[in-house]
Amino acid sequence: MIAAGTAVVTGMDVVAPTGIGVEEHWAATLAGTPAIGPIERFDASGYPVRLAGEVRGFDETVLVPPRLVPQTDRMTQFALAAAEGALNDSALDLSTVPEFERAVVTANSSGGFEFGQRELENLWSRGSDYVGAYQSIAWFYAANTGQVSIRHGFKGNCGVVATEQAGGLDAAGQARRVLRNGARVVLTGGTDASLCPWGFITQLRTGLLSTRTDPSRAYLPFDADANGFLPGEGGAMLVMEPYDSATTRGARIYGALTGYACGFDPPPGSGRPPVLARVARRALDDAGLGPGDVDVVFADAVGTPELDRAEASAIREVFRRPVPVAAPKALTGRLYAGGAVLDLVTALLCLRDQVIPAAAGVRVDPRLDIDLVTGAPRPAAISTVLVLARGYGGFTAAAVLSHPGKDR
Amino acid sequence: MTTFTLEDLGAVLEDAAGAPETGAWNDEVLDLPFYELGYDSLALIEASTRIGRQLKITIPDDAVVEMKTPRTAVEYVNARLKGA
Repeated sequence: MIAAGTAVVTGMDVVAPTGIGVEEHWAATLAGTPAIGPIERFDASGYPVRLAGEVRGFDETVLVPPRLVPQTDRMTQFALAAAEGALNDSALDLSTVPEFERAVVTANSSGGFEFGQRELENLWSRGSDYVGAYQSIAWFYAANTGQVSIRHGFKGNCGVVATEQAGGLDAAGQARRVLRNGARVVLTGGTDASLCPWGFITQLRTGLLSTRTDPSRAYLPFDADANGFLPGEGGAMLVMEPYDSATTRGARIYGALTGYACGFDPPPGSGRPPVLARVARRALDDAGLGPGDVDVVFADAVGTPELDRAEASAIREVFRRPVPVAAPKALTGRLYAGGAVLDLVTALLCLRDQVIPAAAGVRVDPRLDIDLVTGAPRPAAISTVLVLARGYGGFTAAAVLSHPGKDR
Repeated sequence: MTTFTLEDLGAVLEDAAGAPETGAWNDEVLDLPFYELGYDSLALIEASTRIGRQLKITIPDDAVVEMKTPRTAVEYVNARLKGA
C-alpha cells in the first residue's frame, strides 16, 4: 500500500544512446542493441579514448522551440525535449496546478561544454566582442532547470544538484523533498552532453575511461576483462507527483519513490570502507523495507576492477543472498548526471513489464559472486527495485522504487 | 548611405537568439515589445553587439535598455548611422 504523500512517477521521456523516447529506449535495452560506437560528434582520432554512447538522430530544429536553439547547449536541448515529452506522457493538465506549486529539480555534472568551447574559441581567435551573450547562461549547471522552468512556467522551489554521476538519484530525492514541502508536481531528471574536445579532456583526467577501440569489448562492468568505462550523452526527465493527487486525477503511475539516501565516501587512505552498503541500507530503511524485499538491484557498474569489486562487495554485504543485479549502462556508456536518471526510467519499466534487462556482452567475473543478468532479459516478479549510483570523488546515492499495484 | 531596416534587425535577431514567437517580421510586429516576441535582455545585447560589429558603430548597453520595440531599435540604429 502506497502512502498518500509518497512521490510517484506519472510521466517520463528519454533522450539516450539507446533511443529517443521511452519505448525506443526500452526496446533497444531489452534487445541488447549496442549503442556504443566510434565518436562522430568530433574528430577523436587524436585522443586516447575513441568510443562513446552518442545520441543519434536528435533533430533540435524539431524537438526544441526554434528561439531556444541558438541560446542553449546540446545538454539543455535534450532536457527541453525530454521535459516536454515527460509532461505530455503524464497527461497532467497544467492549468489545474498553480505556477508556484510546480518545480523543476535536475542533476547536471558537466555544464554546457560544447557551447562553451565554441565561445572560448571565439574569445581566443577573434576577441571578446565575438563571445556570445548566451555564454553567460548556457554553460551553467543550472541551465537545464532554468530553461525548463521558464518554458513551462514552473515557478516553485526549483534547483539543481551537481553530484557527478550520483546526481540523477539525488535530484529525485530533492524532488521528493520539494513535493513534501507542498509542491503539486516536480519535473526531475538530468541530461549531460559533453562529447566535445574540451569536455573530453576533463573526463580523460580521471583515468577511469576505457581506451579500447572494439565497441563490444570496451565497457564491461563486472567482467573479468573490465578495463574502464566509456562516456555517453543524454538522460531522461520524469514527472513526479504525490500519490494521492495523482490517483485523484486518474494518472497512470509507473511506480513510487519509496526510499532514498545519500552519502559521501571517506577520504582515500582513511582505512574506512566506502559508504555504498550503508547508503543502500538507509534507503531501504527509508522505504520501510528490508533487503529481502528487493527483487532486483540496478548497479552503478563503473567498469573498473576496483570499483566493481567494491560495489559487488557492498551488494553481497547488504543482501547475503544472490539478488538479481542489472547493469543496463553497459549498452549506453555512462551518461554522467543522466546515467542514474536513465536507470530510474529503466527500473520503472522493469516494474511495468516484469522483466530485467541484460548487461549485453558482459561475462560476469565469478570472483565477484553476484547474480548479474547477462545474455538475455530475465522475466521475474518485480515489486521493488534498488537503484545505486556513485559519482567521481565519493558521491553515493541509492533509491528504492516500488510497484504501484494496490496490494503490494 | 546605409539604411537599417526591420528585415535587417529580424535577420540578426533570428541568428543570435532564434525565430520570434509570432513568426514573420512585418509591420505588425514593429510596435510590439521585444518580450512579447520572445526576446529577453540577453537576446538584445547579443543582437546589438552583432549589429554594432556589422555597421561599425558602438551601441552602449544603456541604449539597448531603451530599445523596447523593433521600431525604436531600427530608429536608434538609423539615427546613429546618420550621425556617424
